[in-house]
Amino acid sequence: MTKGARQAAREKAKKARTRRGQTIAVVSSAVVLGGLSALIFTSSGWPDVQETFFSAEAFRTSFPDILKAFWLDVKMFLVIEVVVLVLGLVIALVRSGRNPVFFPIRLIAAVYCDIFRGVPVILLIYMFGFGIPALGLSGVPNDPILLAGFALALAYGAYVAEVYRAGIGSVHQTQTDAALAVGLTRTQALRHVVLPQAIRRVRPPLLNDFISLQKDVALVSILGIVEAFQQAQIFAASTFNYTPLVAAALLYLAVTIPMARILDHITARGEVNA
Amino acid sequence: MTVPVLELKGVTKSFGERLVLDGIDLSVDEHEAVALIGASGSGKSTLLRCVDLLVEIDDGDVFLDGEVITDPSVDEVDVRRRLGFVFQAFNLFPHMSVIDNVTLGIVRGQGVGSTEAVDRGRALLEKCGLEGREKDRPDELSGGQQQRVALARAFAAEPRAMLLDEVTSALDPELVGDVLEAVRELKLEGMTLIFATHEMSFAREVADKVAFLHSGRIIEAGKPEEVLDDPKEPETQKFLRRLLAGGRI
Ligand SMILES: Nc1ncnc2c1ncn2[C@@H]1O[C@H](COP(=O)(O)OP(=O)(O)OP(=O)(O)O)[C@@H](O)[C@H]1O
Ligand SMILES: [Mg+2]
Repeated sequence: MTKGARQAAREKAKKARTRRGQTIAVVSSAVVLGGLSALIFTSSGWPDVQETFFSAEAFRTSFPDILKAFWLDVKMFLVIEVVVLVLGLVIALVRSGRNPVFFPIRLIAAVYCDIFRGVPVILLIYMFGFGIPALGLSGVPNDPILLAGFALALAYGAYVAEVYRAGIGSVHQTQTDAALAVGLTRTQALRHVVLPQAIRRVRPPLLNDFISLQKDVALVSILGIVEAFQQAQIFAASTFNYTPLVAAALLYLAVTIPMARILDHITARGEVNA
Repeated sequence: MTVPVLELKGVTKSFGERLVLDGIDLSVDEHEAVALIGASGSGKSTLLRCVDLLVEIDDGDVFLDGEVITDPSVDEVDVRRRLGFVFQAFNLFPHMSVIDNVTLGIVRGQGVGSTEAVDRGRALLEKCGLEGREKDRPDELSGGQQQRVALARAFAAEPRAMLLDEVTSALDPELVGDVLEAVRELKLEGMTLIFATHEMSFAREVADKVAFLHSGRIIEAGKPEEVLDDPKEPETQKFLRRLLAGGRI
């Protein structure tokens, strides 16, 4: 066989393989999903479940208000994400430093990380939201949205600080050596050589924490803040229909799923580069 | 008598219990190239790192152009700007383009304007046979090309002396030649050099002086033909015999 003919044969075989793979994927998906649907939709309880969780009528009446309330979630997690990115980096830099002058600050940073990572987020929100106003300090804000936001930012700041710190630690010492050898100061070496590499490496875990934060914003509802989950609950409680909760779930998915896809994309690209 | 560019007097360094450098005396005149030879673990890298202040010495002193640089009051950053260092494993900055690797030090460290720095960097890369690769990332280059970028990076600041730590030992044999050619070029231009090496033929060709390091001391030093062809010390003889047996000469 000539080279050209063999190449054509190889390409043909490859195409056939791809087509066979696609066919198998389609058929098996149809079987599994079809089977599951059949199981659910033919079950004796399905009509009741459909009416309680997936009522088109309840969805139509509740969705506009839930969507409006969801804007509060979006605003909160956007602002908190920015705060957390900066706060986490500052804490990580403080903890990664070695200057003995800053020992007390390093100690405070370490204690902060331990405490805010160790206490359940819901408890932090509760304590901030009810504890701080109870102190009656003058000049301290009493707005529950602000207080809940503080609690979330501090909790996630502690997680993110540890993510950054792991990233900084993963950049090999030889990179710092090389930066110093070309005449940079320690600060310049950190700024131009270590941090850019560290941040690139921690993008996947950072996005992961953000996905988690975008859901945890719903926890502020315990302070009576009317965000999407709370709004859905109000509807559910007055009508004994849970469709509004499903509507709220869809809204959370609408922001977390794109985030997850971005994460997949970055991770895949990282593997190609590695 | 002229002042040596680099002079080590009684340089001593331990890592924990292990004494790695035990009173090293060495002087390097302007335009001189000194080859450091010795078995793996004999302290060649440590010696070079001490001179570039990447490792703090325990005792002794290092002088650059007659001024002590190992005193705690000396600005380390300023000293490093006057020396160039090339690492065994290149240590290029993987997140930066080739040209940024070469210019980072002079732009950030010496405040050279970025246009001038890029011009200088380009000229250097061209000299190393890397024209047209400015925008590439280090991992898109072969090992030999990466090491030539590292040489250009160290040379960009026009250092008083360059310290080369086994610049070819991480390379495949067929890539060694181009890097050695770049070092030869540096020597021809009159750069003052200390280079650690396992390549005896290269030491013989380029070095004005060869220093043999063994258990923390320079046991024998002199002209390449003296040390490599007619070693006086039994330890040097043993080291060279072993290399000869391994086909390394
Ligand atoms: N940072 C360090 N901490 C502890 N020990 C070290 C450190 N750096 C070097 N050493 C030790 O110092 C000794 C000398 O190491 P060095 O790297 O200077 O040897 P070398 O002559 O360059 O060897 P090679 O030819 O393998 O590169 C070794 O025993 C090594 O384990
Ligand atoms: Mg070494």
